[in-house]
Amino acid sequence: MNPFRRSPFVLTAAVLVYIFLYAPIIGLVLYSFNASRANVTFEGFIPKYSDRIVMEGSLVKSSPCGPFHWYCELAKNNDVAEAAGNTLTIAFTATIISTIIGTMAALALQRYNFKIKPFSQLSLYIPIVIPEIVMGIGILTLFSQLFGWVNETFNLVGNARLSLGMATVTASHIAFMVPFVALVVQARLQGFDKSYEEAAMDLGANEWITFRRVTFPIILPGIMSGALLAFTLSLDDFVITFFTNGPGSTTLPIYVYGLLRRIITPQVNALSTVWILVVFTAVLLLQILQNRESKDHS
Amino acid sequence: MLQRLRESKSAQGTLLALPTTVWLFVLLIIPLILTAVVSFGRRSPDGNVIYTFTFENYTRLFGYSTNCANGQPSCFDPLYVNILGRSLSLAFNTTVLVISLAYPLAYFIARAHPKQRNMYLFMVLIPLWTNFVIRVYAWMMLLRKEGAINIIIGWIAHFLHIPFTPFEMLYTPGAVLVGMVYEFLPFMILPIYTSLEKIDLSLYEAAADLGANAVKTFLRVTLPLSMPGVVAGTILVFIPVMGTFIVSDILGGRQVILVGNLIQRQFLDARDPTFGSAASLILMVLTLIVTYFYTRKFGFGEEIVVA
Repeated sequence: MNPFRRSPFVLTAAVLVYIFLYAPIIGLVLYSFNASRANVTFEGFIPKYSDRIVMEGSLVKSSPCGPFHWYCELAKNNDVAEAAGNTLTIAFTATIISTIIGTMAALALQRYNFKIKPFSQLSLYIPIVIPEIVMGIGILTLFSQLFGWVNETFNLVGNARLSLGMATVTASHIAFMVPFVALVVQARLQGFDKSYEEAAMDLGANEWITFRRVTFPIILPGIMSGALLAFTLSLDDFVITFFTNGPGSTTLPIYVYGLLRRIITPQVNALSTVWILVVFTAVLLLQILQNRESKDHS
Repeated sequence: MLQRLRESKSAQGTLLALPTTVWLFVLLIIPLILTAVVSFGRRSPDGNVIYTFTFENYTRLFGYSTNCANGQPSCFDPLYVNILGRSLSLAFNTTVLVISLAYPLAYFIARAHPKQRNMYLFMVLIPLWTNFVIRVYAWMMLLRKEGAINIIIGWIAHFLHIPFTPFEMLYTPGAVLVGMVYEFLPFMILPIYTSLEKIDLSLYEAAADLGANAVKTFLRVTLPLSMPGVVAGTILVFIPVMGTFIVSDILGGRQVILVGNLIQRQFLDARDPTFGSAASLILMVLTLIVTYFYTRKFGFGEEIVVA
């Protein structure tokens, strides 16, 4: 029997599911070129380039950027720039910290025996089996009770008062990212031939040199894909950020959510399109990394 | 001290695992304990928590009410029980629909030529990593009265000479179901694919040699061996669907209220964190119970980490 044979039923179903997956995304991208500001129906592309924006009712007749009008508007939008800046700051900080401590934890769990090991291992599974909203409101309660108590006890006023912001969002992101980094690195360590390390030790390298020259280079692709996964999770997060952000720490998902409850112009679609392109690049990178890793492996 | 650290493997391990363990303890375990404590408290008039020990929030959640129509001191108010029931049945329906859509696609990818497999998988990852909020927004545009779905049905109806007036699909339970299925579909495709791909192809030859037809081979070989993937996928879909509030918020308007919406409103609009904490604890217990019985019956899928 040919193992690669496909029944027409499976093929049809697969094509239909792919259409289901992509139709909304294609619609989203198409409407980012909508001439209609109201963005309810597609009123065609913006036909002409001109020195300034010409509107006719809610229709854009011509613009300095032509069909890419909404992308130019997006570039001028300061709120988007600020939200993007916040999102990236949080993602970078949280990724660096969670990658370092997650890798350390993975090494400990895979290589050492210690008293709190079962507890450490178990806590890694919490974010998987508990709904995100439960984590979100738990962290919110912790911060609000703690900050309320500190502010009152030390009589903090004005800017000195502790409140939700970039720091609380970043700390909470690390909490849900670390388990993913640790589990990915742990998986990499499991499929690791220990004889390389033994050989290094036999040749007189001490533990630190063995780690730096042998272990680390071998698990590096695992650490990198763990880090990239964590980074994407942070960029993408809505629920945890929703409950832990404060004034001045709005991220892109929170910003878009806010827009959806007010007026939606094709600018939202332009923002989504840019975002999808960024994600596309990131996923491509991740795939290339993983492919290279599996090639090393075999 | 340093000397002892160099010699003791156990101390080294503890030190390496300490940052992660402390971080998760402070930001995951303490919040859970705090939620439990707060849920037994009472709301103060200004929306703060008074720490007492009362079951009021739980009895209210399960229908005990003192706000009765005909002057009775207490009565049964099904409001919150209905919300819990609605969330459970939506999570169940979503999971069943997602399995039935994900399975054929996962099968298609797993049986594709190895050279094309990566591309097909890549095509699943793009929607998966497209932001959750953006994906809800995409469906908002499609489901509107003026949206693409109504336009396409209109074309088909026109072609077949059937009268058709566009109707509002947004803000209905159906819209929420479609949105949930769309949001969580990739989380089912990946684990099912992983377990299908692992199946030793010689098993199919053996089945054929023993005279099994295609249907029998599927039921006796493919399906049982892919169950770990289905189980892992179900956990990855069922749990988040139970807790999500954006999909029902945006696609359901104020019509479809789920546990997630209930909790969110207690913390942001109604300012009753004690009741919100109780609801959130019940949500957690419900998902853990369902997950526990489900995994006890079918085993815990190791595919869960892969996705």
